Amino acid sequence: MSASKAAKKLGGLILTALLLGPAMAFAEYSTLNMTESVSIIGQDMYDLHMLVLWICVVAGVLVFGVIIWSLIFHRKSKGAKPAHFHENTTIEVIWTSIPLIILVAIAVPATKTLLEYEDTTNSDLTIKATGWQWKWEYDYIDDKVGDSQGIHFFSSLSKDANEARQLGANKELPEHYLLDVDKRIVVPVGKKVRILTTAADVIHAWWVPELAIKRDAIPGYINESWFQAEKVGVYRGQCAELCGKDHGFMPIVVEVKSVEDYKQWASAEKAAASQASAAAAAASGKTFTMAELMAKGKEVYTSSCAACHGAEGQGGGPFPALKGSPLATTGSIADHIAVIADGKGIMPPFGAQLSALDIAAVTTYERNAWGNNTGDVVQPSQVK
Amino acid sequence: MSDQAPTGIKRWLFTTNHKDIGTLYLWFSFIMLLTGGAMAMVIRAELLYPGMQVVDPNFFNMMTTMHGLIMVFGAIMPAMVGLANWLIPMMIGAPDMALPRMNNWSFWILPGAAILLVAPMFIGGDFLSGQGPAFGWTFYEPLSGQYDKLAFFVFAVHLLGLSSIMGSINIIATILNMRAPGMTLMKMPMFVWTWLITAFLLIAVMPVLAGVVTMMLTDKYFGTSFFDAAGGGDPVMFQHIFWFFGHPEVYIMILPAFGVVSQIIPTFARKKLFGYASMVYATAAIAFLSFIVWAHHMFTVGMPVAAELYFMYATVMIAVPTAVKVFNWTATMWKGSLSFEIPMLWSIAFVFLFTIGGFTGLMLGLAPVDFQYHDTYFVVAHFHYVLVTGALYAIIAAFYYWAPKWTGNMYPPLLSKIHFWVSLISVNVLFFPQHFVGLAGMPRRIPDYAVQFADWNYWSSIGGFVFGLSQVLFLYIVIKTIKGGEKATDQVWEGAEGLEWTVASPAPYHTFATPPKVK
Repeated sequence: MSASKAAKKLGGLILTALLLGPAMAFAEYSTLNMTESVSIIGQDMYDLHMLVLWICVVAGVLVFGVIIWSLIFHRKSKGAKPAHFHENTTIEVIWTSIPLIILVAIAVPATKTLLEYEDTTNSDLTIKATGWQWKWEYDYIDDKVGDSQGIHFFSSLSKDANEARQLGANKELPEHYLLDVDKRIVVPVGKKVRILTTAADVIHAWWVPELAIKRDAIPGYINESWFQAEKVGVYRGQCAELCGKDHGFMPIVVEVKSVEDYKQWASAEKAAASQASAAAAAASGKTFTMAELMAKGKEVYTSSCAACHGAEGQGGGPFPALKGSPLATTGSIADHIAVIADGKGIMPPFGAQLSALDIAAVTTYERNAWGNNTGDVVQPSQVK
Repeated sequence: MSDQAPTGIKRWLFTTNHKDIGTLYLWFSFIMLLTGGAMAMVIRAELLYPGMQVVDPNFFNMMTTMHGLIMVFGAIMPAMVGLANWLIPMMIGAPDMALPRMNNWSFWILPGAAILLVAPMFIGGDFLSGQGPAFGWTFYEPLSGQYDKLAFFVFAVHLLGLSSIMGSINIIATILNMRAPGMTLMKMPMFVWTWLITAFLLIAVMPVLAGVVTMMLTDKYFGTSFFDAAGGGDPVMFQHIFWFFGHPEVYIMILPAFGVVSQIIPTFARKKLFGYASMVYATAAIAFLSFIVWAHHMFTVGMPVAAELYFMYATVMIAVPTAVKVFNWTATMWKGSLSFEIPMLWSIAFVFLFTIGGFTGLMLGLAPVDFQYHDTYFVVAHFHYVLVTGALYAIIAAFYYWAPKWTGNMYPPLLSKIHFWVSLISVNVLFFPQHFVGLAGMPRRIPDYAVQFADWNYWSSIGGFVFGLSQVLFLYIVIKTIKGGEKATDQVWEGAEGLEWTVASPAPYHTFATPPKVK
């Protein structure tokens, strides 16, 4: 075998290994195609995807086949002499018409699916999802299945994932890393759930691939879309529109329960909510010790503030340090509270997400941690 | 140089010669390509493994933003203008561009714009502390409005737009007024046609871009509320205006690439371009359609269903003229007498890989499935197949094809072959798996990902590092070719046709002082 032939063989071998190697070496390379959906409309979307994919594959094989044929048989080195044709009206009309006909054929199912997808009428449950930098807020409104009206909560990245995702944390990644939240939304199986999306600061997008739903959450707009899950289970998604620093860290988790389980969840949730609001009302008038506020403040700081201002208040990038900053040391307590509650520049307002106690505690914490040592104690009653 | 032109730095600062200015554009774009490429390396390094290892999320966002802006406005567009400067006068038998002084000005605005664009990364805080734009190359409001150094970005875009508009005016004036006697419009080389159409696109949409960034500027600093819902404005209007610019922009980057490939394939097939007239009409049709499809980038913003249907139908229509182009290139090769010099290898790769990008473009155009594709890595894979293996591959092919004419030297044959094959394999290892993770549910623009996406991201990063390194080899090849090598003949390629091959290699400083006669 000549050297050039051997080199060609070796080249072919390497190419095959590169193409097939990864697929054979790892059984978990299952993520090749679009996620199949458990929502009734999602299956239509999947089928349309497969239809167009196969049309493209067939068209590709035909066109590439012709080119490859030329590359092999019409070479100068094989003595090919160039033909002289350079136009042919008949063939040009034919190959302009064929794509056109294929497109019309695709447009029919695409139109049908789109009209179905945009029909949000006759829903059984409506949930409003509000995007925040960087978490989701949920409001249950208009429930024809159970009694969930008024349920309201924030949902953010789970605590273990949040710790593991810090730069250089080097921790073992927890299960469902980045796709787990501290509080899931719960919906009933087999019911049409309408999702209203809006946002408090910048544009986000609410996306759960297995429910085949993606809709932008835009400040000043309320968008609507829907899904109907046909299978009980837990479905995970993420924000799909760049929304700033922690865009990659605001997952969405939807738990689909049987109608009975869903009703139970709703009533338990409401009972817990009324207890919590009673406790918050009691706390707003109460006076806390420095130690209590510092402990609570550290908790709030870690979950709401550390992502930007750093675990030790050191700041980073465009986010200012709090350690030794005038705002958290010599500045007035009222100004400090105002920044936390109303936001400032790139910083989102936290007034709607945190209770008076939370804000008082975190203000106290920031004014006394990391050597800030002002000795200031801020009580919930000081927070409007 | 036969005349008393200045030498040294003054030659380049004050030059009005289309060849010098073309060279400046090409070097500028190469520096930008390597800068944007280095940023892509940071992105791929962070995405090599799940978990955060290299940079913090804000810095990551800054890298994706600056990578996109630098590649679009710094690398691809100026490279195409550089090719236009070098080639259009030589292809139409003109002594220079129609407006040589403006030509100088439109280049020398660019370095200033680039400095304004990257400066915020170095201002305030430590070196490279992550204070640059981090809102994505599409700079959607209201996110971009949160950025406290927005004015840098706005004025950089203004300057880039000025440069592009002046360059376009120059190209149109040159093509319409300075063709050699006998060269009718329908005898022009395809590259000249594609640039004529591109220049009109640029003049139409650059003012729109300037308008939208000015509205951002007044929103931020002068209390207007164009895009602020709380003040009665509309964040979605931003996207409509942006994409009215942004979609034609895509064709601004790809149409001259079509032109390059339409020059190269006939040369090495030793056969005339098939369907020249239909190529011209297809280019014009694509350009026209590019103005009326912008909202297919916005299917998830919640438009009325009638608008979604319209934009879906109009978008998939673009597949028709695009398919015609691919069929014509195929028919040009059919029954030709093919040889596989380096420029032809890159052009054939272009036809295959750009077509893959075209197929995914068709898929993305279908609104109901776009709800699953939108803002995932599937989109990232799509536009990198179009812009890297499309536009960039055509630019590299153009270098190998015309460099012998520009420098008088042939490229180093073995290194060039290595450059092609390593780039071809690595670019597919880099971008093909991104289709998979996108379909499986990985959003774009995230610094960290769920573990089920880990394997393909690993391969994508490996492909990325190799592809990045192979472009450093390209830099070496370019310098080596300029410095020396086998001497090129005046004809250079056996099958090449066109006026640029009738002048000496290297092309003299002034060509066609008296116009040639075109049959």
